[in-house]
Amino acid sequence: MAKENLVKIAQLSCGSEYSGIQKEIETAAAMVDAEIIFPEITIDDVKAVEERFGLQVASPDLKLMMARAQALVDGKTNADAVLIATCFRCAEAALVRNEMRRYIHENSKFPVISYSFTERTTAGTLLTRLEALTTTARRRSLLAREHQEGLTAGIDSGSTTTKAVIMQDDKVVGTGWVPTVKVMESATEALNNAMKEAGITRDAIQALGVTGYGRFLIGDEFKADLIQEEITVNSKGAVYLAGHQKGQATVIDIGGMDNKAISVQDGIPGMFTMGGICAGASGRFLEMTSKRLGVDITELGALAIKGMQEHVEMNSYCIVFGIQSLVNSLAKGSVPEDVAAAACYSVVEQVFEQQLQEVEVKEPLIMVGGSSLIEGVPKAMHDLLKIDVTVPPHSQYIGAVGAALLASGFINK
Amino acid sequence: MVKVFIYPSNSLILSDLVDRFGHEPLAMMQEIGKKIRTAGLDSPPINITPEDPKLGLKYAAVEVPAGVRGRMSLLGPLLEEAEAGIIVREPDISFGCMGCARTNELINFLVRAKKVPLLEMDYPKTEDEAKAFVHKIREFLDGLSGAQSGKGDE
Repeated sequence: MAKENLVKIAQLSCGSEYSGIQKEIETAAAMVDAEIIFPEITIDDVKAVEERFGLQVASPDLKLMMARAQALVDGKTNADAVLIATCFRCAEAALVRNEMRRYIHENSKFPVISYSFTERTTAGTLLTRLEALTTTARRRSLLAREHQEGLTAGIDSGSTTTKAVIMQDDKVVGTGWVPTVKVMESATEALNNAMKEAGITRDAIQALGVTGYGRFLIGDEFKADLIQEEITVNSKGAVYLAGHQKGQATVIDIGGMDNKAISVQDGIPGMFTMGGICAGASGRFLEMTSKRLGVDITELGALAIKGMQEHVEMNSYCIVFGIQSLVNSLAKGSVPEDVAAAACYSVVEQVFEQQLQEVEVKEPLIMVGGSSLIEGVPKAMHDLLKIDVTVPPHSQYIGAVGAALLASGFINK
Repeated sequence: MVKVFIYPSNSLILSDLVDRFGHEPLAMMQEIGKKIRTAGLDSPPINITPEDPKLGLKYAAVEVPAGVRGRMSLLGPLLEEAEAGIIVREPDISFGCMGCARTNELINFLVRAKKVPLLEMDYPKTEDEAKAFVHKIREFLDGLSGAQSGKGDE
C-alpha cells in the first residue's frame, strides 16, 4: 500500500495487554499507516467516571476505558479514530464496550469500531477493520462522491465468487461473475466478461477500483487506482444502488466467508461489525443446504419463500450439526420448501443475534451480496426485524459497483 | 523466610511491607520484570505473547476470557509457590490494581483454597485504621516464621 497520512487511533481496551494481542493490534495499525495511542487521564478521572457516566462496573480496567472515552469526547485527546477492544466472553466488558461505542458515536465525530478478541486474534483479522476505520478518518472527501463519472471498472475478489462491473455515466454497462478459483485468473475472467458485455477493451477504462479478499494481489497486478476493503466500498455501493445516499441506513452483506453489518450515515460507515467465526452464519451454509436439497443455489430462495421455517426443528447453528438437523427433518418427511426456509432463517437469526446487537439498525435496511438474491434471506430478515428490507438492483455486484463508483474520483489524478 | 502471596498482586506497599518484615513477597512485578529482562521479547505491554493465555488454561477453562488466563499465566505459578497470603479487600486503585474483577475473584479464591496462613483485611480509610493495618500485617508476618498452620483474620 502507498504511504498515507498518519491516522491516530485511540485504543480503549480491557485485557488486550494480557491476552498477547497488543502487538497484533499495533502491527495491523502500522499496515494501514496508523498509530495506536492511549488517551491520557488522571487517577481522579478514573474514580469519577462511574458517577459521571452512570455505569458501575467491578473491573478497574473497564473504568479506565470509560475515563479514556470521556477524555476523547471532552476533546482532551488528539485522535482521529477509536478502537474499542475487550475480551471475548466477558459479559461485563461487553456491556461497557457497547455503551462506550454508542456514547462516542452519539457525542463525537470519531469513526469507531469495536472488537472482542481472543488470544488467537491476529493482525490479519484486524486489518480489514482498521483499514475501514482509517479510510473513514482520512478519505471523507472521496467517500462523499455520489455519482459515477466516465468509464470505470470495479472488481470484487471475494472468498467464494469474483465479481466485476464496467460503469459509464452512472450506469452499469457490463458485468462478470465467476467462482473464485485462482485469484488472478478469476479476476481476469470476470473483468473480461464484463468488458465483453460492455463492448470495450481494457485501454478504454479510465480508472479501476478493487476490493474483497484478493484486493491487494489483483490491485498490484492490475495497477488499480483504488484498493479498498469491503466495509467502505459496500456501504457506498449499497446506498448508491438503493438511491439512498443521504441520511441513515443499515447495510447487511451475508458473504461466503464472513458477514458485514454496517450502520451508514450519508454513505459513510459509522458503526460496523464483521462476523467471521462461524460458517453456520454465512452464505456457505446456504450453499450446502441447496446441494443437500439437490437444487441450484439460485433456486433456493424461491423454495424458501414457499416454506414455513417453523415446521423444521433446528437444533444447532453449526454448519455441520445444523445441516444434520435439516437432513433429519427431511428423513422425517419435511418438504424441501420448509427446509430451505429454515436454513435461511437460521443464518439470518445468527446475524441478528450476533451482529445486529452491536449495530443500531436504522431504516432503510439494505441487503446486498449474492445471498440477498436468495429471496428467503431478506424475507427472514423482514420477519425477524419487522421492517422493510431493500434489495437494490445489481446487489450481487455491490462491491464491484462501489469500487467503480469510488474509482471515478481518480480519473483526473 | 516464608513466601507470601499478596493481593493486590502489584501493590508496592504490600510487597515492601512483606520484604521489610523478613519474608519473600510473591508479586506481579517480579513476573513482569522477568519478562522485561528476557532477551528477544518486546517491551511492555507487548511482552505477553499469545502463548501465555494458553498456559493460563491450567487455572481457568477455555471459556474464561483470554485476559483472565493471560493474567493467570503470571499469577498461577506464584500461587503454587505461596506458603502464606495477605488479601486486602476493596483496595483503592492507587494501592494496587489488577485491572480485572474476574481475575481478582479467582486468585482470591485460589489463595483461600490453598489453606495456607492467610491474613484478610479491609483497606484502611483513616489514619488510625492505616496504623492498625500496618500493625496487623507486622503481627501476621512475625508469627509466620516457619509456622504453616492457623489462619489469621481481621
